[in-house]
Amino acid sequence: MHATTRLFSLSSIDLLIVALYFAVVLGIGFYLKRFTKTGEDFFLAGRDMTAWIAGLSFLAANLGSLELMGWAGSAYQYGILATHWYWIGAIPAMLFLGIIMMPFYYISKTHSVPGYLKLRYSEPARLLSAISFGFMTVLMSGINMFAMAKVMQVVLGWDISFSIWVSSLTVALYVTLGGLLSAIFNEVLQCVLIWAGALLIPILGMIEAGGWTGMVNKIFQRLHDPTYTHMWSTLGSFKDNPMGIHWTGIVFGLAWVISFGYWTTDFLVVQRVLAARDLRSARMAPIIASVFKMAVPIIVILPGLLGLAVLPMTLVPESSAAAAAGAPTYNAVLPLMLARYCGPGLLGLGITALIAGFMSGMAGNVTAFSTVWTYDIYKPMFRKTAPDSHYVAMGRWCTIIGVLVSIGTAYLVMQFASIMDYVQALFSFFIAPLFGTVILGMMWKRATSAGGFWGLLTGTLASVGMYAWVKVDPTALRYVALSPHAKALAEDMYRALWSWIICVVVTVVVSYMTKPKPLSELSGLVYGVTPLPSEEALPMWKRPIFWAVIVAIVFVIANIIFW
Amino acid sequence: MHKSGMVSIWFFIGLLLVAYGVIICGAGIHDYMVPPEHAPVLANLHAGVWWGGFLLAIGLFYSIHFRPSKTK
Repeated sequence: MHATTRLFSLSSIDLLIVALYFAVVLGIGFYLKRFTKTGEDFFLAGRDMTAWIAGLSFLAANLGSLELMGWAGSAYQYGILATHWYWIGAIPAMLFLGIIMMPFYYISKTHSVPGYLKLRYSEPARLLSAISFGFMTVLMSGINMFAMAKVMQVVLGWDISFSIWVSSLTVALYVTLGGLLSAIFNEVLQCVLIWAGALLIPILGMIEAGGWTGMVNKIFQRLHDPTYTHMWSTLGSFKDNPMGIHWTGIVFGLAWVISFGYWTTDFLVVQRVLAARDLRSARMAPIIASVFKMAVPIIVILPGLLGLAVLPMTLVPESSAAAAAGAPTYNAVLPLMLARYCGPGLLGLGITALIAGFMSGMAGNVTAFSTVWTYDIYKPMFRKTAPDSHYVAMGRWCTIIGVLVSIGTAYLVMQFASIMDYVQALFSFFIAPLFGTVILGMMWKRATSAGGFWGLLTGTLASVGMYAWVKVDPTALRYVALSPHAKALAEDMYRALWSWIICVVVTVVVSYMTKPKPLSELSGLVYGVTPLPSEEALPMWKRPIFWAVIVAIVFVIANIIFW
Repeated sequence: MHKSGMVSIWFFIGLLLVAYGVIICGAGIHDYMVPPEHAPVLANLHAGVWWGGFLLAIGLFYSIHFRPSKTK
């Protein structure tokens, strides 16, 4: 590594803490290799995880570097509105996954979400979903890698290539050795470290700002704008809030389509729950994760708001001229707050938390990619029958290749920085229509193989088409996002909503024109023809629905408090 | 989660937190006795000392509660 311009530097104690972390995650990988022998071990961690392990891993796979630093930056830029991506943009979908959808994924014994589409619809639907997922995963992984390395360069002066190669090869090594088992174990460790490293910032920040009221007053004195600390009361008009979004975009675009699509059909997160030891654990895992997800704004959104209140400098957008000249950007708010309060040792722990966030997100990407490639592309297209050991070897090679392709993507992003603009768009391209296909497949017996395939294909093409339409003719924004004042995030929400609606309409119309599958083939896959195990013998406090209701009540109260 | 003979992940987490707790608490005590030239904001609260102590306590609990001889 070599030093360039930097916001702060690490002491030898900090470097020791970072080095210890790398030693432990690699040690866990080497230790778990002996327990990873079969395909079930490598791709689904032996389906032996407790609800707590699966739940924390489910959460950690989502806490990538963009998630931590990006949303802290968004909180600095847009205020408390960014919390919607953690609360209404996550909690209802996670509870829905645990209570309604998980039985079908789990009872069908599928290895993956595309695998479920094969069972429910047909091979073409699986291939379309698997190829689009593989493409999205590798691209997202590369973008995350570049974002992390860029921040490390700005904050610590580390060389971009050094950050990319050291952290990604570490992930490649421990995932290749222990597969999903190793990824899940390390994700639980990373989840603990993220909290241990980041929780001190809001604690000390609130002390400095004088509590919540003091922070709100300081933000108002700085911006002369009261909208930064309200979640719902400013969403009546596109023009009344810093994000340029209307409540319909948050409720229907984010909460329904984007959030339900991501948390219930993105195999990156669903794979962790499929590794649970039994159906009850699989249903409890997303509910346990939802409790922690609801608390994540404490370590992500609150530091962003505190940055607005106490940081002496003004941060700038990534794309601004000031950023090009070296001014700290929105994304640097979390590291800046870390440096503000943390001395030697604590600083190293905070930086370790950021690195852990990046590595857990990347491990999620590569394990999901290697499973989907091996089971949903390689096996049906290239080698239908082979010994189990052959597929495990393919999974190991695929992990290494996936990481190398991601590194290549990171360098591509470095050359063409505008690729970063496509991150949110990718979700509306692939995840929104996929959610339409999966939810209809699970809930509607009449959905046919042809309906599923054509709905998914049309929804995906429509989403890409709308994106291109607005790029070519910006005035089209008034049709796609319902307002010429809508900003980029709002456009993504509405485009996702339209593509989901198109997918659902096409699936329904084509299904009514084609012959449905016999009910006997839908058992274990569709609501109404799948016998679900009764939980009546369990005491109330052990039932997933009991805890889901409690989380839902806390969720509603929290939204009212910050209305 | 435990295959035969597998050490619990909570044990590894406990060990790492013990190591971090000792290092961070030690660095915090050092800064308390020899204040650094460029101290962070709220250095008077000595966050390193109590946060390091907290990590050490949590780490000791996990590494003892989930020690291999007990989970096998």
